[in-house]
Order: sequence, then structure tokens, then C-alpha cells
Amino acid sequence: MSGDPLWSIFINACLINNFVLAYFLGLCPFLGVSGQLATATRMGGAVTFVMLVSSVCAFGIQHAVVALDAPYLRLIAFIAVIASTVQLVEMFIKKVSPALFRSLGIFLPLITTNCAILGLALFQTNKGFGFFECIAYALGAGAGFTLALVLMAGLREKLALESVPDVTRGAALSLALAGLLSLTFMGFAGLGG
Amino acid sequence: MPPDAGRAEPTNAEEFMKGLWEENPVFVQVLGMCPALAVSNTALNALAMGLATLFVVTASNAVVSALRPFVPKQVRIATYILVIATFVTIVDMTIQAISLDLHRALGAFISLIVANCLILGRAEAFASRNGIGRSVLDGLGMGAGFTLALFSLGAVREILGAGTLFGLSVLPSGFEPWVVMLLPSGGFFTLAAWLLLFNALERKEDAK
Repeated sequence: MSGDPLWSIFINACLINNFVLAYFLGLCPFLGVSGQLATATRMGGAVTFVMLVSSVCAFGIQHAVVALDAPYLRLIAFIAVIASTVQLVEMFIKKVSPALFRSLGIFLPLITTNCAILGLALFQTNKGFGFFECIAYALGAGAGFTLALVLMAGLREKLALESVPDVTRGAALSLALAGLLSLTFMGFAGLGG
Repeated sequence: MPPDAGRAEPTNAEEFMKGLWEENPVFVQVLGMCPALAVSNTALNALAMGLATLFVVTASNAVVSALRPFVPKQVRIATYILVIATFVTIVDMTIQAISLDLHRALGAFISLIVANCLILGRAEAFASRNGIGRSVLDGLGMGAGFTLALFSLGAVREILGAGTLFGLSVLPSGFEPWVVMLLPSGGFFTLAAWLLLFNALERKEDAK
């Protein structure tokens, strides 16, 4: 148990140690789906949901694994839970909004290999969070991921209209942008505790 | 991923080399960037991470390729992930046994090799369609390419950010270290610079 209040955990995961910009987690969807603002927002929602579910499950698994005295099963159990949650979300989105399903494309099943989600499960275990702290942490991480994705999408939508040197088109320019975003997010250090 | 169809059957050496340069996972395919950026703040960390990934991608490629006839199509991704997770657990425990300091420096990122899209990508795109020998070669090549990329990121960041390489001083003492290179944003900038270089080189080649 860490003694921090819940809001502090939330702010910490969302702004100060933003998963994308400070821990480099979840870069593939960050660069892949940040072309359009609308898609980015929904992707953020989907990831936040998966994070919340897998965080709660990871909390349970951690206790089960400790009780069984089999820590080497932890990683395998985590990834299995995440994969099934993603499958669930995928079926749900396909049913509710086929258009969104198409626009997310390959990045939807790839949430399974989104390291932000597995990272969340591992970090919360390392920090020894309690149940409610886990939920605050997951919500903060999800909000931070969505924020980074939406900021990036906004920048890239504007940038698509500008003429930039040909050689910088594509991933290189996006990464330089991400670097600048990451610099600005460092301004949040010292906030909270 | 460039289509393999229509090309002559590559030789073993080509199978290995393509991961190093032509289809370099980080610089060309832009895969597996999370660990590439997160642990490349020093050359040593980058090298260790690269070698760990090399082992996992080779071993999982071999097993996935061997299991090819037995795995139904619907559950293949789940099977691959389990195979990968098993090898990552082995690596995690091995590193912990060899060097506790290194294990601490890499932290959760060793476990996060599971979520490296490069490894799942190779299992799905290559190992599930090719024989064991070729899959191992492909894994070795991709792993070596990944290690190379990580090392070039880590070396640049360590030299500019701390003035050292593998902990040894390499720049004159008057050099003021660029602390930003060790911070997360430095990782983004370094990778962006490398990608620019690769883009420029590719253009030159196309122009010929």
C-alpha cells in the first residue's frame, strides 16, 4: 500500500508520468491512430476501458498468484486476461459501431500488444496498490493516454495542411512532434507529489 | 511490410541480412519502439535489452514454426502470445540471476518484451508460414537488427547526454552534457533524427 491519496495517484498517472510521453508505453497506437481527431478520441476510450478491466483483473491475479506461490505464472496470466478483454471490446465495438470498427482497423486487436496496458498491470503490482488505488491509477493512465493521443491528433490534423520538406514526412516528423509534447509534459513535474 | 511474393527465393544469408538493414524493425518498419525508446538512455541498457529481445524473437519464432501444423487458425494469436510470454519469463529470471543491477535498471521493461509488436509481428508474418530453419534465421536477423538499432539510439543518447559510452568518458572534459537527451523527449528526438537519416538515404538510393 502506498499512502498517497487517490487524486494524487490519478494526476500522477495522467500528467506527471504520462504513460505515452514519459514511459514510452503504447507508442504504436499513439503514432498509428493519431491521424484523425475523432478516431483518436474513440481509441482512447477503448484503451481506457481495457485498462480499467485489466487493472481490476490484474489485482485479483496478483493475489491469486501469491496465494498459489507461483510468481512465474504472473506474466502469462496477465497477458491472457488482457487478450480476452480486448476480444470482448472488439466484439462489442463491431456490434455497436461498424464504422468505428473499420476506422480502428488493425489497431483494435493490437491493443493486446499495447504495452501501456501490460505496463499498467505490472507497475501497479510493483507499487503494491490496493483495490481503489488500482482503479484510480488505471483511470489516470487511460485519461493520460487519451489526452496524449488527442493532442497529437490535433497537431497532425493541422500539420497535414502545411507543406513540410518531403524527407520529413511520416514517422520522423510525428516522432519529433512527440518529443516536443514530451518536453511540455515535463512542465507538470513537481505538480502533486 | 514489403510483399515477399514475386521475389526470388532468398538465400539463408539474405534471410538473415534483411532484418539488419533492408527491413530493420525499428528504423524501417517502425515496430517495437516502446522498449527501443524507454531503455535506450545508456548504451549498456540498450545492448542488454536488444540481446534479450534477440533471444525471445528467435526462440518464439522456432516454437511457433514448429507448432504450425497443430494450431487452429482461430486461436493462433493467443497461442503465440503464450509462447512469447513463456520465453520472456525465462529471460526475466535469467537476467535477475545474472545481474540484479541490470534487472533493476531495465525494470518492468523486460516483462514488457511480451508486448513488443515486433515479436508477435514476426510470429504472425513469418514463422507461421515458414519452416523452422528459416524462421530461426529470420528471428536472428530481426533480433540483430533490433539490437543494432537500440545500440545506435543508446550510444547517441549516452554520448550526448552524459559524455560517456559504457560508463567511460569519451568527450573532452569541457563538454557540457545535454541532459535533455537522457530525458524521455531526447529519446523521441534521437529516433526522429535516425529516421530522417534513413529516409534521406533511401531517397538517394531511389534517385539512382
